[in-house]
Amino acid sequence: MGRYVIRRLLQMIPVFIGSTFLIFFMVYALGDPVAALFGDKAPDPATAAQIRKDLYLDEPLWKQYLHYMGQVLQGNFGTAFNGQKVTELMGTAFPVTLRLTLVAIVLEMVIGIVLGVFSGLRRGRAVDTTVLLLTLIVVSVPTFVSGYLLQYVFGVKWETAAASVAPEAPLGELLLPGLVLALVSLAYVTRLTRTSIAENARADYVRTAVAKGLPRRRVIIRHLLRNSLIPVVTFIGTDIGSLMGGAIVTERIFNIHGVGYQLYQGILRQNSPTVVGFVTILVIVFLLANLLVDLLYAVLDPRIRYA
Amino acid sequence: MRGATRAKWAVWVMVVVALAAAGCGGGRSVGKGGAVRASWGDPQNPLEPANTNEVQGGKVLDMIFRGLKRYDPKTGEAVDVIADRIETEDQQHFTVTIKDGWSFSNGEKVTAHSFVDAWNYGAAIGNEQKNASFFQYIDGYDKVHPDSGSPSAKTLSGLAVKDDRTFTVKLNQKFSTWPDTLGYAAFSPLPKAFFDDHDGWIKKPIGNGPYTVRSYDKGTVMRLAKWDAYPGPDKARNNGVELRVYTDNNTAYTDLQAGNLDLADDIPAQQLRNVKADLGDRYINQPAGIVQTLAFPMYDKGWSKSGMAKVRKGLSMAINRKQITDEIFQKTRVPATDWTSPVLRAEGGYKPGLCGSACSYDPARAKRLIAEGGGLPGGKVTVTSNVDTGSHRVWMDAVCNSINNVLDSEKACTVNPIGTFADFRNKLGGHQMTGPFRAGWQMDYPLIQDFLQPLYYTDASSNDGKFSDPEFDRLVDKANGESDKAKAVSDFQDAEKVLADQMPVIPLWYQNGSAGYSESISNVALNQFSVPVYNEIKVN
Amino acid sequence: MPEPYVPKEAISHGDGATANLAMSEAESLEKPPGPGGGPGDPSLKARSLWSDAWHDLRRNPIFIISALVILFLIVIAIWPSLIASGSPYKADLSKAQRGASPGHPFGYDTQGRDVYTRVVYGARASITVGICATAGAALLGSVLGGLAGFFGGWWDALLSRIADVFFGIPIILGGLVFLSVVTSGSVWPVVGFIVLLGWPQISRIARGSVVTIKQNDFVQAARALGAGNGRMLLRHIAPNAVAPVIVVATIALGTYIALEATLSFLGVGLKPPTVSWGIDISDAATRIRNAPHMLLWPAGALSITVLAFIMLGDAVRDALDPKLR
Repeated sequence: MGRYVIRRLLQMIPVFIGSTFLIFFMVYALGDPVAALFGDKAPDPATAAQIRKDLYLDEPLWKQYLHYMGQVLQGNFGTAFNGQKVTELMGTAFPVTLRLTLVAIVLEMVIGIVLGVFSGLRRGRAVDTTVLLLTLIVVSVPTFVSGYLLQYVFGVKWETAAASVAPEAPLGELLLPGLVLALVSLAYVTRLTRTSIAENARADYVRTAVAKGLPRRRVIIRHLLRNSLIPVVTFIGTDIGSLMGGAIVTERIFNIHGVGYQLYQGILRQNSPTVVGFVTILVIVFLLANLLVDLLYAVLDPRIRYA
Repeated sequence: MRGATRAKWAVWVMVVVALAAAGCGGGRSVGKGGAVRASWGDPQNPLEPANTNEVQGGKVLDMIFRGLKRYDPKTGEAVDVIADRIETEDQQHFTVTIKDGWSFSNGEKVTAHSFVDAWNYGAAIGNEQKNASFFQYIDGYDKVHPDSGSPSAKTLSGLAVKDDRTFTVKLNQKFSTWPDTLGYAAFSPLPKAFFDDHDGWIKKPIGNGPYTVRSYDKGTVMRLAKWDAYPGPDKARNNGVELRVYTDNNTAYTDLQAGNLDLADDIPAQQLRNVKADLGDRYINQPAGIVQTLAFPMYDKGWSKSGMAKVRKGLSMAINRKQITDEIFQKTRVPATDWTSPVLRAEGGYKPGLCGSACSYDPARAKRLIAEGGGLPGGKVTVTSNVDTGSHRVWMDAVCNSINNVLDSEKACTVNPIGTFADFRNKLGGHQMTGPFRAGWQMDYPLIQDFLQPLYYTDASSNDGKFSDPEFDRLVDKANGESDKAKAVSDFQDAEKVLADQMPVIPLWYQNGSAGYSESISNVALNQFSVPVYNEIKVN
Repeated sequence: MPEPYVPKEAISHGDGATANLAMSEAESLEKPPGPGGGPGDPSLKARSLWSDAWHDLRRNPIFIISALVILFLIVIAIWPSLIASGSPYKADLSKAQRGASPGHPFGYDTQGRDVYTRVVYGARASITVGICATAGAALLGSVLGGLAGFFGGWWDALLSRIADVFFGIPIILGGLVFLSVVTSGSVWPVVGFIVLLGWPQISRIARGSVVTIKQNDFVQAARALGAGNGRMLLRHIAPNAVAPVIVVATIALGTYIALEATLSFLGVGLKPPTVSWGIDISDAATRIRNAPHMLLWPAGALSITVLAFIMLGDAVRDALDPKLR
């Protein structure tokens, strides 16, 4: 077990190098960022050349990358074009996004699993159909629509929630954006739970548990649910990534200055230090999340073991 | 089972770590007390005056700086603020005398040095100031800011301090309206603190305007307080302004409706149909010095060969500007009939109708002209713009539909969206356009010269379509040498007529500034740069 | 009522029946076949796993209805002019955002184009992207994920870490890099890009599923009896592990169509004059207060498509699942 975890953690090193290079290369492939710094005007060539020189943009790609990595190893992640240190940006953006992601994940776990269990146990009945319809609405209405709609209804019409989130992003204000962010994933979790539950409800161990005379609630939670959660947990593991990095739309709508926003700005302005720095941290988060998921397999299904 | 138990522990440890990392923070801090809560965008560059080339940073500079001149927020006229007088005999050598009694908010006096040092800083290539080119008319600019190689001088030879209140400027060409350009933020004076503790200054800028920066959280909020000892006549009429960064102007608008914000400038296009119902008379829609155009790639043979002037004019006449500005922009744009802007007013050179019939919608003539000129190159036209900002996609679609309707074809005109502004700029710079492209112009100062010379003079800095016409150049040169303002304006208008004749750039519409505000503030207005005049706002 | 747990292999081994007699006996010993698909039914013996499923599907009304809907959508995608006579490009700006009127049942969009015609014509791009991207991502993802879960070790580490890196690529960055070089308005680059971004998620789900199934007694038994890797994967593990993949893929179909909208919105997806539901939905999104009809119809069409595929997926999954017999 311990060795397994250590091995997984060691795998981070090649992934770190690989992903930084890949992202660095991709931002490089976007082209020259300097022209855009001058607004709608054509850049003054001399100033532009000076900026390029200062940012090592006039060097070949591999030199730029080596220089960047050398800086990173000294703890310097570079600066964004507005003069802010990338580490500073990360320090303000990641806690906010992490909180938003946690709210979303808790919501999708609680609501998704409960709905999934109910519709899975009552396949084809009214509950199941209602949940299916809700799923459809969620899947076919894009986040930016549901986001604006919920923001308008709760924030302006009923004034029950803040229309935008304060810079400090307290948990209470993150409930609504968290829900918006979780909506599509909610559809996945619900359907996955439903399918698993429906499948496992007929398994022999459930029959055995029922035959033993265990109370229904205990059978569902201890036996049925636990064995049905593996696909759900896997999904949530993959979702942490898309929630953290892909919250661009939600963060925009609710004015949350998190990872999605910084990443979007970095990409639009083609600022490689920002993009590479943020993506690298995200990749590490995925690695940890997936490690967590793999460990959870062993908790949920004792037959699975790691050497 | 032992493996499972240990895995359980590992899972718990990781969950607790994640929660702890997320748990820090929280609690909304409210910064009020008579402050105006206004929408803001994150400035793209550090807030140095000569490095700020967009509206968001410009908002702050307008609050914390006053220069030699300032454009009157109502009339746009350049009026003396710190300048006592600016004199010249020959339109090339100027003597600037500044008023006594001005100081920075840290107590330092504003002297001739404050200006000369600031301008030298802005022009020097090593400082990488994005507005360095504003100093290009000052003698010696090519020494401190050479096109290539290292600079051979540290300061502009054209600037000389005579005493604390006087300095002289020598230009490298005649430029009669040069003093009127001095209202631009790049010409602001800078305190010694800027040079001595540059990092500290960037974190918390010090200026000489009606407000002082109280706190600045980059990327989220800047709080400005009224400077009680401000020596100028335009003291702030509120206690302070809280600039809040919004990443989406839709959210700012929603926050305004929800009562979390007092002032939202730049109302999103999608909300324009609701704005009257939502805000009533708390909605401002007034002219700003912005003109949107479609420029042709004159470096492309297909568009510049003889006869194509007719096709270019025909396309211009195929665009139903009125319908597009009414339906898509809900009258926040006004159909353009010249290449300048209404904010210049007649005295400044704005002349509605100068473009003549070529800028009015006339489907029959449009079709005929395009046919006479030999038709569209390759039978089609592609309109290009970046789509990551603004509502460019919507109006480009509308322009194309208008052209297609006129030409009775479904695919004669197509839109080519570009993902990022940077990519768009690079394609423009590389002269890779094969059809008309978006070319907006936001004025730097309310002078007709600024709407023409940088855009259409041969090899001018923002002449992205590479238009070149000797007659146009000659008229601009003539205008710049004119000592009489009215004569200069008339020369510029003659130059503009060359554009009407050649149509290298189709004027589309004049863009207005728009803003909405809450019931708790009043006396809100925008200046010609579509920036709110913050110091005039009253809190009820 | 819970029925006995009978792995598929125990009751259906079609062509390989004789060769694998020993194995199926072993499983039969361990888990006697239940009464549901009893050995007494001769028709079952003759059918392979997949034809068995097909037999079930043909009698399932939900499958038939959803298949018909999908067929209808595909026909519309190929010949939109069958049910729409107008042009999706014809714009009359003076009618911008107007509601329904005679001859224009769905109203007009921002540019004054007929929403009904655009919904019909939008089917082609959206359905192509939805089906092809989902099929591609599901295939690639389940093969790679299945192999990673089955073999474990270095193979797993390599594939999973590659997936991690792919997860890390922001959609916008990837879109700008890979799609902005494409200048044609074709859907295929978009499909390819969505597959590229979509496979890691499905591979992770497939891997998780295979890791669980691998532990099951019938798999261990098959291994003990010397079944080859290929046979194990295809005949024993795949049918039992496919359920979560189908669930995720059917929902992903909807999200991929929406993803196309995001890409197009960013200027790197489908280029005009291509019409798609996604483009129209994103255009309508922020105008929902004035013109809800602009959103309602394309979003409704998307819902029906996703519903049809979810139902179809459900039916296929049920047919493949031995436990539900």
